[in-house]
Amino acid sequence: MIWNEKIELLSRDGLKKIQTNSLKKMLKVLYSNSSFYKKKIDEKGIKISEIKTIDDIGKLPFTDKDDIRDNYPFGLFNSPLEEIREIHVSSGTTGHPTVVGYTDDDLQLWSEVMARALCCAGANKGDMIQVSYGYGLFTGGLGLHYGATKMGLTILPMSSGQTKRQLQLMQDFKPKILACTPSYALFLADEAKKMGIDPSKSSWEIGVFGAEPWSKNMRDKIEKMLGLTATDIYGLSEIIGPGVAQECTYKDGLHIFSDVFYPEILDIATGEAVKDGEYGELVITTLNKTGMPLLRYKTRDIVKMTTEICKCGRIMPRISKVKGRTDDMIIVRGINVFPSQIEHVLLNMDETHPHYQIIVTREDNGLDNIEVLVEIKQELFSDEIKVMEVLSSKIKNNIQANLGVGVKVRLVEPATLERSEGKSVRVIDKRTL
Amino acid sequence: MKLKQVSIFLENKEGHLLTVIKLLGDNDINIRSINIAENKDFGIVRLILNDSRKALEVLGANGITAKITEIIAVEIDDKPGSLANILEIFHEHKINMEYMYGFIQRYSQKALVVFRVDDINNAIKVLSDNNINVINEKNIDIL
Ligand SMILES: [Zn+2]
Repeated sequence: MIWNEKIELLSRDGLKKIQTNSLKKMLKVLYSNSSFYKKKIDEKGIKISEIKTIDDIGKLPFTDKDDIRDNYPFGLFNSPLEEIREIHVSSGTTGHPTVVGYTDDDLQLWSEVMARALCCAGANKGDMIQVSYGYGLFTGGLGLHYGATKMGLTILPMSSGQTKRQLQLMQDFKPKILACTPSYALFLADEAKKMGIDPSKSSWEIGVFGAEPWSKNMRDKIEKMLGLTATDIYGLSEIIGPGVAQECTYKDGLHIFSDVFYPEILDIATGEAVKDGEYGELVITTLNKTGMPLLRYKTRDIVKMTTEICKCGRIMPRISKVKGRTDDMIIVRGINVFPSQIEHVLLNMDETHPHYQIIVTREDNGLDNIEVLVEIKQELFSDEIKVMEVLSSKIKNNIQANLGVGVKVRLVEPATLERSEGKSVRVIDKRTL
Repeated sequence: MKLKQVSIFLENKEGHLLTVIKLLGDNDINIRSINIAENKDFGIVRLILNDSRKALEVLGANGITAKITEIIAVEIDDKPGSLANILEIFHEHKINMEYMYGFIQRYSQKALVVFRVDDINNAIKVLSDNNINVINEKNIDIL
């Protein structure tokens, strides 16, 4: 089922018209209301009257995460605080947390895109959904909740945790949809087994999984273990939370709701738009938001996008799974290397979250070397040297195949790699450039 | 019968082995035998202990990767040809050996050899059929 046929099946020209009108309206409001954006636009030396169609968007200035942090807490709100209905906060590793505010209209918009997302994942009115994303300052729980309310689903607002209870109520109430992080889905399957429940006979038929990277192998494993169709959802709190893009049941890319979240894919080095199907940074303009509208927000997520029409009939373009983040990209021997690529390789070999560290060094002759340290986990440990050596070379080969550049792999003891405030230090670049 | 061996993953770093051995000693765990297999990056320490379960708990609590492996220990005469005899029996019955190591026991003239094989039950059976003394946990207590 398609939630909003008028929009989701709209022709490309029709879509463009909507995007153009919304952008113009947005610019007018921003330029007269927001000192932050007025300054940015003026500094760029552009007049908003020069923006004739959505294709002119490239002339406009960017916004990035630092802009939000620097204006902590409410500096980027474009509506009076009393019109902000809800605030969400996500913490980063450095500096101020990221604060976002939603007006009534924004909450309506969030419900709309989440309803589209749930439909896209295969939900039908009246289905029961178990929402096991955290409720609270994190956008996951409430985002799913609003969409499910709008769509007319029966909601089981579980939030995260209380795994036994989650499984008990699943058995008793038989919800059809499970929404949580992919790693929690796997955890639920394991816990079910421990409780003597066969997870493949779960009542869940559809999974809406997101908020963390996951691999194709992990999808296969979840689908097999839980006996459901596992779909990927994408979002970030700065834009709205979950509901920016969602896979349909064909699972061939995530439909991005581009009538309201206008996507651009830009070359990381030049900032120019890449060709259809090429990787670049996803930059999003929130065309309709009022609480905290963002112009050309740099998500730092590397994806590719296709405008080919999907088998499901939706015109909305599709983005790929996130390949990496611009902020942790390293260039080695002229090749862009993302820690997430290495993470994906490790996730593919063993689905639990891997701990690893990339050390880049430069030899006297100027050649760069990558060494990947991988913490050895209980499940992968063998008492036989040759088994461990096979594992180490398998990791090495898989990483090399993925990166296209030679690496050294060293297995290390668990919990030995440097952590900073609980978060792993992924890259140590010892090169003096 | 099967014996339990505790296998530990260790990086080749100075002091790491000492840390583990001290940890076991501090927790009153006795080491019956120790064997180390290593390459240039890491080593696997294989221990036969008086209390494997407790050792695993202690090691786990200290963030050390360890697991229990089942092995067999065989008493052989300390004379030429006795090891070859056992290897021949394995070969004959298509039992694959992953690794082996020997150690000397205190109270008899005989040598003990530890075998890690793919089909441990079958290995025990064919050794017993050939009148070879497979050590059980009671025997190992006197080591
Ligand atoms: Zn589709």
